[in-house]
Amino acid sequence: MKKPSVGKKFLGFTQDQIVRYSRQMILNEVGGKGQKKLLSSKVLVVGTGGLGSPATLFLAAAGIGRLGLVDGDKVDLSNLQRQVIHSTNTLGVPKVESAKTTVNALNPDVDVVAYEKRFTPANALDILKGWDFVVDGSDNFPTKFLINDACVLANKPFSHSGVLRFIGMITTVLPRKGPCYRCLVREAPPQGTVPTCQEAGVLGTVPGVMGTIQATEAIKYLLGIGNLLVGRVLYWDALGMKFDQFELKRNPKCPTCGDKPLIKGLSRANYGGACRVGR
Amino acid sequence: MKADRSIDIRGDICPYTYVKAKLAIEGMKKGQLLEVLLDHEPAIRSVPKSMRSDGHRVLSVKKAGKDEWKILVRKSR
Repeated sequence: MKKPSVGKKFLGFTQDQIVRYSRQMILNEVGGKGQKKLLSSKVLVVGTGGLGSPATLFLAAAGIGRLGLVDGDKVDLSNLQRQVIHSTNTLGVPKVESAKTTVNALNPDVDVVAYEKRFTPANALDILKGWDFVVDGSDNFPTKFLINDACVLANKPFSHSGVLRFIGMITTVLPRKGPCYRCLVREAPPQGTVPTCQEAGVLGTVPGVMGTIQATEAIKYLLGIGNLLVGRVLYWDALGMKFDQFELKRNPKCPTCGDKPLIKGLSRANYGGACRVGR
Repeated sequence: MKADRSIDIRGDICPYTYVKAKLAIEGMKKGQLLEVLLDHEPAIRSVPKSMRSDGHRVLSVKKAGKDEWKILVRKSR
């Protein structure tokens, strides 16, 4: 029997790529055409924490050609219960660098662009330039509203998710083609009224599952397959082990995507000072 | 019958024989013929089975030499 010609490409794929992506390329919805699409796609993940970790890992494993990672924090021991892209070896290392090391080890096909900074009203629109899809992996209301408003203004599709204790919620926003996050929640609740994961706790698998669904939505969007969570909010109660969903309609009076939007730019005043991500 | 595309995937084993056959037929037009030359014996059963399952028509599986076979498939969807 001949040996496979390792160095030679087969219909645009290296032998390694054919082996690496074989399990998804044999899906009729993906195929070689879809795999090439993924390899030439660019996804931005804001926050490399509980949600961003699994999202980034699965996007990298699927062969998304370029991944942007935004996070200004360093890896802390308390992160490792759920932020599975990091490790004990990278404690104290900037999260984007730690995540980049993991992604490079997982899949050398992926080019990682690391933004070691917070996602702020001042840099949001610049950072969003050039990406095909955005994953909101942030952990606080100001950043979630900022991502929503920036993505609607820049017309970027994105996956939103939020987690707390044993509960996860997730929706996908295609700006002006469906409702946005502000159609669901008009503005951030006053600081201190909703506890953070730091205060209330979160089971590590909850962002694990939600972040994995976010990666699924990104891949489906890029391939143009299936039904996205547009106009729907998926809700997971891990303790009761129940999935549920409810319809979300675009609000014509939404300040971001309504018929007469009030938010036409990103002013720091609208997002408070606490735009931290991924904790 | 003359094939519209021929691939030589001798040296490949299952399931990559099927992955390559699938990649090759994906870029072809409905009704065209794909010829697959391979030397992994189990693939003479698995590749036709998977191709049929994808909705294509397997026209023949023929011996092409010592431990080598040619599979002829018509793209049917």
